[in-house]
Amino acid sequence: MDRVQSFIKSIVLWELWKGLSVTLRNFFRPAITIIYPEEKTPQSVRFRGLHALRRYPNGEERCIACKLCEAVCPALAITIESDVGEDGTRRTTRFDIDLFKCVYCGFCEEACPVDAIVETRIHEYHMESAGENIMTKDKLLAIGDKFEAMISADKAADAQYK
Amino acid sequence: MSNDIVKFEVDGKPVEGRQGQMIMEVTDAIGVYIPRFCYHEKLSIAANCRMCLVEVDNAPKPLVACATPIGEGMKVFTRSPKAAAAQKATMEFLLINHPLDCPICDQGGECELQDLAMGYGRDVSRYTEKKRIVKDKDLGPLISTDMTRCIHCTRCVRFGEEIAGIQELGTIGRAEDMKISTYIEKSIDHELSGNIIDLCPVGALNNKPYRYSARAWEMEQHPTVSPHDCVGSNLFAHVLRGTVKRIVPRNNEAINETWISDRDRYSYEGIYSSDRMQSPRVKEGGQWHEISWEDALEKLAQTLRESNGEKVGILASPSVTIEEAHLLARIADYLGTANIDHRLRRRDFSDQGEDAQFPWLGCDIADIENCDAVLIAGSNIRKEAPILAHRLRKAAVGGAKVGFANSEVYDYYFKVAEYLAGRGLVEQLSGIAVAAAQGKKLTSAVTDLCKGVKADKQQKRMAKMLKDATHGLVLLGNIAGRHKAFSAVRALAASIASTTGTRLGFLSEGANSAGAHLAGVLPHRRSGGKTRDEDGLHAGEMLDADLHAVLLFGLEPDLDLTATEDAVKKLAEQRFVVAFSPYTSDALDDAADLQLPIGTFAETAGTFVNCEGRWQSFAGVAKPVGQARPGWKVLRVLGNLLEIEGFEYLSAADVCDELQELLGEVTPDNAYRRKKALRKPNGEDAPASDVDIPIYEVDAIVRRATALQLTPEAQRLRSTDP
Repeated sequence: MDRVQSFIKSIVLWELWKGLSVTLRNFFRPAITIIYPEEKTPQSVRFRGLHALRRYPNGEERCIACKLCEAVCPALAITIESDVGEDGTRRTTRFDIDLFKCVYCGFCEEACPVDAIVETRIHEYHMESAGENIMTKDKLLAIGDKFEAMISADKAADAQYK
Repeated sequence: MSNDIVKFEVDGKPVEGRQGQMIMEVTDAIGVYIPRFCYHEKLSIAANCRMCLVEVDNAPKPLVACATPIGEGMKVFTRSPKAAAAQKATMEFLLINHPLDCPICDQGGECELQDLAMGYGRDVSRYTEKKRIVKDKDLGPLISTDMTRCIHCTRCVRFGEEIAGIQELGTIGRAEDMKISTYIEKSIDHELSGNIIDLCPVGALNNKPYRYSARAWEMEQHPTVSPHDCVGSNLFAHVLRGTVKRIVPRNNEAINETWISDRDRYSYEGIYSSDRMQSPRVKEGGQWHEISWEDALEKLAQTLRESNGEKVGILASPSVTIEEAHLLARIADYLGTANIDHRLRRRDFSDQGEDAQFPWLGCDIADIENCDAVLIAGSNIRKEAPILAHRLRKAAVGGAKVGFANSEVYDYYFKVAEYLAGRGLVEQLSGIAVAAAQGKKLTSAVTDLCKGVKADKQQKRMAKMLKDATHGLVLLGNIAGRHKAFSAVRALAASIASTTGTRLGFLSEGANSAGAHLAGVLPHRRSGGKTRDEDGLHAGEMLDADLHAVLLFGLEPDLDLTATEDAVKKLAEQRFVVAFSPYTSDALDDAADLQLPIGTFAETAGTFVNCEGRWQSFAGVAKPVGQARPGWKVLRVLGNLLEIEGFEYLSAADVCDELQELLGEVTPDNAYRRKKALRKPNGEDAPASDVDIPIYEVDAIVRRATALQLTPEAQRLRSTDP
């Protein structure tokens, strides 16, 4: 019986019509292609993109050089050096993230006891020459300063699930 | 003895202990861990942290394991529900006032409170009330404080009372108001005080120079050996990315127990001093230029080849490794010179033929504790070898009589039987020697020295003290070694030792005087103590001769070379001076014509032989600064360039093995064999001429250790400097 059935199916090109029916169905559906960069898909507030170092509202760096992010980083992308800061507190003297090593897992953000290191929703960035892949402390702080509004809004939105 | 054995049970297992032992001592020995904060095996029992509560059957409440003596048939439960609940509750109380600042705390990651909170505490805090805050103390440049973190275990207080001998920290207030304090604002100055950092189970007392610069988990731990005194304390260097971040003690019951001196702990800062030599340098036309290693070594080899071998002088620091010492001695042999010495601070060489094969302590370091009478002559032992002073204190506290004979009175924190001071060492010792002989005939070496000498009461008491001893020791220190009439001092000390039936011992300069002696860095002896056919020039006279080339190895001529006066000026007048040194300095620039950067103890593999004759090898732990290279490698390449046979060493261990094979079995022997009478010193015995090198001035590394130089001890000397 099976052999008869498959014989008939192959004669009438059954599989072909079955496939074309999918094409036909989608032919009348509305298109979902995004015209990037004019159009963009929605992002989660938990999106893990480019890193930033945050400050408190009074301008004080949040980072206390506890090095937990460095310790937890599975890609060994973070390098920190620390010392006693000008005000006698524990501060970083070097905070480098190698974006080529980073796997954007977000563990650094999870490990941070003071919400200093965060991964922002920025994912559109590029490097033009060797060495630019190293995000220094100054660069990270600058990103944090520029996008603080977005970062704090994202954190607030996500806080209820934590 | 069988009565002393107590049989009891721990967690259902039968255990034996000795009568009088505490539960904690027995459980530690069998490997059952009971949590603790205040208990420390080297300190007395305080039983104030209450963390070690265990259940004991028939006891109505949990008992503290550290202060409960074991009893026959006792049943101890360390992890029963009752014990666990008690430990958990104690932990909750301890955490009430402990801040949650682990991320910025230097103790984070190696904190006993953190570990035990993980193992024995609750996972969530129920405490919502206010926490107390305690103002930090300023304890000087070595120890930083965060007193809010203190859990009042009082280990630091007990350390002061029991180990240092001076109570620099104490407690004030009770319960919630209890505080650790210095009472009046002052710094902690004892030379062993850095150990309270290791004792502190939390982050209340921390290492100030290390503060906030690294975390415990990211550093590598490498074993090494202290390069500053003849004890050879065992150390761990904690290294981050090739840089030494801090030094902590490595347990060795035979040498330093669990303690190290502040000098050993903080000297690492000197490794990264700004005046480290970055590359080889040569003086051309009065100007210093950097040159490559190849050119520098070729220039040195060329100069040595052109020099008359007998006209080469070699001066090495007493802290060179034995490998470096051996290679220097071999190069000297090849060149055919006997002008080689490491005794840079000795001032009396007249009797050097009587030197022991190597300066030996006279007994093992741990054996000092068992002495019942000790005479320390010509030594500021607390500053020369703080760990030995600690052993001495242990002996004294245990009932030994300890007497001192110095030109000055140095403070000791134990009951000193006799202080002889104010007069020259020869005068003091001759009095004791006469008293010790009790009218009997003295050995021929000292008859002239003791002629007409009458012992005073103190000297008689000192002699009696040594005579009554069963384990006596006469120890000559570094001040004696630098004495202008050292030969007389030594003869007298030997006479005292032999007439009183005590042992004679020496403290030597630097970390490796013993090794340098054995390797033959001496003008009158080859390696293994074999006498040379003809004595070379010793450190005191070498620079007065007209030499073709002088090699300075690991020393600063202005500060380390006091055997001769105006060393820098004399060196500047020599034809060619090459300095192997980790550091540059103005004096070195004046004195030398070629400077080669070598590694410090942290950057080279090597071996130190300590004062008890123990060989301790270590590997390089840190990346060398600049183009510095380990000293033994530089000497090996120099040997290769000179085409000396058998210089194809691949490692420091090869060099060490070769020397060890050459030496065979070395039996330490301080016996004094001189028969010929020594003449009385003529003015050399003036107390004012005694040289005591301050504790933080002993070598180039220590002199550059910033924090040590900020201590009141170092500052005081600076302010009195002319």
